[in-house]
Amino acid sequence: MDKQFYNQEEGLSRSEIEALQLERLHSTVEHCMGSAFYRKRFADSNVSVSDFKTLDDLRKIPFTTKQDLRDTYPFGMASVPLDRCVRLHSSSGTTGNPTVILHTARDLDQWANAVARCLWMVGCRPEDVFQNTSGYGMFTGGLGFQYGAERLGMLTVPAAAGNTLRQLKFFTDFGTTVVHAIPSYAARIFEVMQEKGIDPRRDTSLRTLVIGAEPHSEDTRRRIEDMLGVKAYNSFGMSEMCGPGVAFECKEQNGLHIWEDYYIVEIIDPDTLEPVPDGQVGELVLTTINREAMPLLRYRTRDLTRILPGKCPCGREHLRLDRMKGRSDDMIILKGVNIFPIQIETILMQFEELASDYLIILETLEDNDYMTVKVEIKDIPVDDYAKLKALEKEITRQLKDEILITPRVRLVPKDSLPKSEGKAVRVKDLRKQY
Amino acid sequence: MTVHQLSIFIENKSGTLVKVLKLLKGEGIQLIASTIADTAEYGICRIICSEPERAYEILKKAGVAVSLCEVFALSLDDVPGRAADAIEIFAKEGISIAYLYSFLLNGKGVLIFRTDNAEKAAEAIKAARLSVIAEKDLSKLL
Repeated sequence: MDKQFYNQEEGLSRSEIEALQLERLHSTVEHCMGSAFYRKRFADSNVSVSDFKTLDDLRKIPFTTKQDLRDTYPFGMASVPLDRCVRLHSSSGTTGNPTVILHTARDLDQWANAVARCLWMVGCRPEDVFQNTSGYGMFTGGLGFQYGAERLGMLTVPAAAGNTLRQLKFFTDFGTTVVHAIPSYAARIFEVMQEKGIDPRRDTSLRTLVIGAEPHSEDTRRRIEDMLGVKAYNSFGMSEMCGPGVAFECKEQNGLHIWEDYYIVEIIDPDTLEPVPDGQVGELVLTTINREAMPLLRYRTRDLTRILPGKCPCGREHLRLDRMKGRSDDMIILKGVNIFPIQIETILMQFEELASDYLIILETLEDNDYMTVKVEIKDIPVDDYAKLKALEKEITRQLKDEILITPRVRLVPKDSLPKSEGKAVRVKDLRKQY
Repeated sequence: MTVHQLSIFIENKSGTLVKVLKLLKGEGIQLIASTIADTAEYGICRIICSEPERAYEILKKAGVAVSLCEVFALSLDDVPGRAADAIEIFAKEGISIAYLYSFLLNGKGVLIFRTDNAEKAAEAIKAARLSVIAEKDLSKLL
């Protein structure tokens, strides 16, 4: 008979989950003593391993931030010797220090289990054909889903990103039933299907869509489901927490179960850093309790969400996170890529033709998200359209190299961009995503 | 051999051109000729005016993206074919015209243009004994 839960931990009751969390917290804290960073952290805050008696004792230690990851780049947070690590994933970008997450073989094994559990939860079975349209390589949505889908036993099609016509051919030739895509790409797939006269309901076996890595509204999800004739499930992950497989919607499509045998969840007020009352929106803080190479204690994800109150009708007692509500920092998520405005600024400032003000505009046009970078030019650099166009092109190229997405670059005259109280407005997000 | 031209970077947005022209008006600077080409997002407005150097300082001080560049100004008799004759000289020398505009001033045709090779263009003008307008004469014509 078909099992309801992929593995035993998935079906634990609240009390069982909390008991397991405490046990794993203990071993994680001990394990962290292998990391120079956490040894110092514990010493600085006068906390020792034996101080962790209850889950609440976790609050005795300070938060870990992305800056900590950057400061200890590349291997300063490793809790095990490097020879025990088998893979790393690093953030994109060349400005400032990127971040690195290390994995042991066990970490990868556990990660694959988590992703497999997510996929099983939404009805994926070994007879399914899973096509992954994520970029592979450093982008965790590629290998993360790959290993998880293989673990579950599906036939996997590692199509990777782009080339929509080829993706469609794979759908029909291989009988793809499950697709992982960012929401805007799912819409793009439908667009090309229409151009080619392909009816997804008639001409493909598509049944399930996994969408994530890009914030999207409930409306967007429903529209994508209508277009493709599938059920679409929201996936949440981040490279600091391995990647995909952190939290995932069940068939109820009402909140994402976060796997509490892997993570301890806190929701804090990003200003006071105090916990917010249950059900209120705050910043998600996660502690990894099932990771060897690089455990993170109280990591500030900067994602804003809340814990949905009440029990999920599906029977799982792992907490449910509401759809992400935004960010508590200035990070932009576009087409699954994480971008900080400072990356863009650093590139722009290298052009002596440009003044210091710029505006990043994010907008949705026909279901696709775009970035426009308006940048003020100092003086007219040349009396020549061709050279201005060439300047635009060169800025575009360098930005693409840095943020991996091709923005539209617009030169504008000096002092023409909006300022609020003398401070330049850097990002204008016109997308309907939260 | 050349005259000064203001080149102004203007966003393709209503009200941006008039702002620039009003600045010049306020300082009593007179336009002799101007041209704008349209592209989707921005344009370069090119202006021949009285006191171009002062005009440049005024615009620059007002924060306008402006540059002062040198362009050729040829005076041609107002009869059919003169422009063709003049341009042919450059074509023969393999000199490309980057842009060109023309106007009538006191019964003479005036061609304003920039080439991809100013030095070579100057030699060609000299060799062909084309009539060049000096900047001070351009203002006098007003």
